Amino acid sequence: MALLSKEASLALVQRVNRLVGLPNGFPPPEEPPAPRERLQAPGTRSAEHVDVAVIGAGPAGSAAALIAARAGLKVLLLERGEYPGAKNVSGAAFYGSAIMDELIPHWWEQAPVERYLSRRVLSFMAPETSVALDFRSARFAEPPYNGVAILRPKFDRWFADQAVAAGAFLLNAAVVDDVLWEDGRVAGVRVRRDGGDIRADVVIACDGANSLIAKKAGLQRQFHSHEMSLGVKEVLALDEETIRERFHLNGNDGMAFEYIGSITEEVSGGAFLYTNRNTLSLGIIGQISSLVQHKRRPYELLEGFKAHPAVAPLVRGGTVREYSAHIIPEAGWNMLPKLATGGMMVAGDAAALCFVAGLYLEGINYAILSGIAAAETAIAACREQDFSAASLARYETALKARHVLGDFHGYRHAPAMVNSERLQNLYPAVIAHAAEQIFRVRGEPKQKIMPIALDALRQHKVAPVELLQDMLNAGRSFGW
Amino acid sequence: MVMTLEERMRTVRFQVDDRPHIVVDAGICKDCSVQVCVYVCPASLFVPLDDGGILFNYEECFECGTCYIACNKEGAIQWSYPRGGYGVTFRES
Repeated sequence: MALLSKEASLALVQRVNRLVGLPNGFPPPEEPPAPRERLQAPGTRSAEHVDVAVIGAGPAGSAAALIAARAGLKVLLLERGEYPGAKNVSGAAFYGSAIMDELIPHWWEQAPVERYLSRRVLSFMAPETSVALDFRSARFAEPPYNGVAILRPKFDRWFADQAVAAGAFLLNAAVVDDVLWEDGRVAGVRVRRDGGDIRADVVIACDGANSLIAKKAGLQRQFHSHEMSLGVKEVLALDEETIRERFHLNGNDGMAFEYIGSITEEVSGGAFLYTNRNTLSLGIIGQISSLVQHKRRPYELLEGFKAHPAVAPLVRGGTVREYSAHIIPEAGWNMLPKLATGGMMVAGDAAALCFVAGLYLEGINYAILSGIAAAETAIAACREQDFSAASLARYETALKARHVLGDFHGYRHAPAMVNSERLQNLYPAVIAHAAEQIFRVRGEPKQKIMPIALDALRQHKVAPVELLQDMLNAGRSFGW
Repeated sequence: MVMTLEERMRTVRFQVDDRPHIVVDAGICKDCSVQVCVYVCPASLFVPLDDGGILFNYEECFECGTCYIACNKEGAIQWSYPRGGYGVTFRES
């Protein structure tokens, strides 16, 4: 079959984008405010000095510290929690096993991995029905594995230990309140403790989704409530054998469930459930602006998720081991901060490098990739003793080389699409309705699929023009 | 098997600092007609008062930041992190 040439398909894509009526590129990101008064770095003799100060021992920070320490740099890794992972919450499905394998060969043999995710189920939810896409691959259950389920307090601790083994110095219980400046560039960090000013040639801010440091340094603007989602989660204890039988798992295989549609009722968001060794991780995610609009309490939505007829049998008998909450930067490309300035770079969730696009829910992999890219930039800067903004601007090139920026740019239309009212609540209901009509047997003449689909669209009052626009928009977001 | 928020919160470990890391200016809250913090906080730490203000208790805070992102009153919520090692300490998540 003759397919379109690359040029022809590109032209087609551009035409379709014009037809959808939305701009091809988003407007340039809003300028962050000018930094307020800057703290002066102390003289070289009066303060401790390191080559690289990494703020936050999550996946981005530990990856950066590991790479920089391996290159022989003096690295200080600062963690505000009692231990790495103490402040961290993720689903957590980690889809970066192959990336980690490059850093630490056969890492899964020594790391606290819960289960290998060889099955993914994406469900479209209506109040009493659900339709799911169920994908399994035996190849995903083989090394290096596609994704694994992890628990952050254990995983982050292990990963930070790898950085320490490579020579980085880890300081726990250390909050960084600000960066220090000298000659117009960042030259250190202020840790909240006596004598807490530490000089650093390069500061890498990996202080998470709610990065106060990126804002204080003037690299990130204030967030809008539609760009951030709140996740609330529970870890439920269930014994290992029950989990295997209930989810039909062999050995250490595991599965990831993701849900969109009415599972968060009228709130834009979704839900997840991951199998761990002897626990389940499950939770709901709600866009903050949408929670505000509908005045919904997140833990009530979590309770509703657990009570849904498709979910209740999965969690039956599980006792809550821990409740947790965290925010997620969801606007992707449209909320990326300025990534670097003189003496400083931003990585991981602090740089909003969280890939949330319906089919995908990834962040730890991009955190690690950006941590590596930042460390490699820092290594080059230290070698040349050039910590200027121009020198550290190479971080962006490194992020492009690792496909990070390309991924976010390619899917830049997806977050708004995924959180849109119609995709969230209308279409899952239409799909579930149509599926019910297709599968229900009434002893009446069997209808063909087209009239069933048209009837479902009519009953849910879908406007044909909007549907067409959404299909093209979905195509532009995910298809081409 | 419906669980109350109080029961849920008992599963979380908090190392309470003697100084609050978040300060809420109840005077500003009195002028706020929506008070969305009351709904969105995952630990339900914002309690509306009869006088129209807000009572806030920082002790069982997840440090997530939802309140200040949702808040539409400039200056009502002063937000920072607790001292190192204090605040919420997740063990399982």
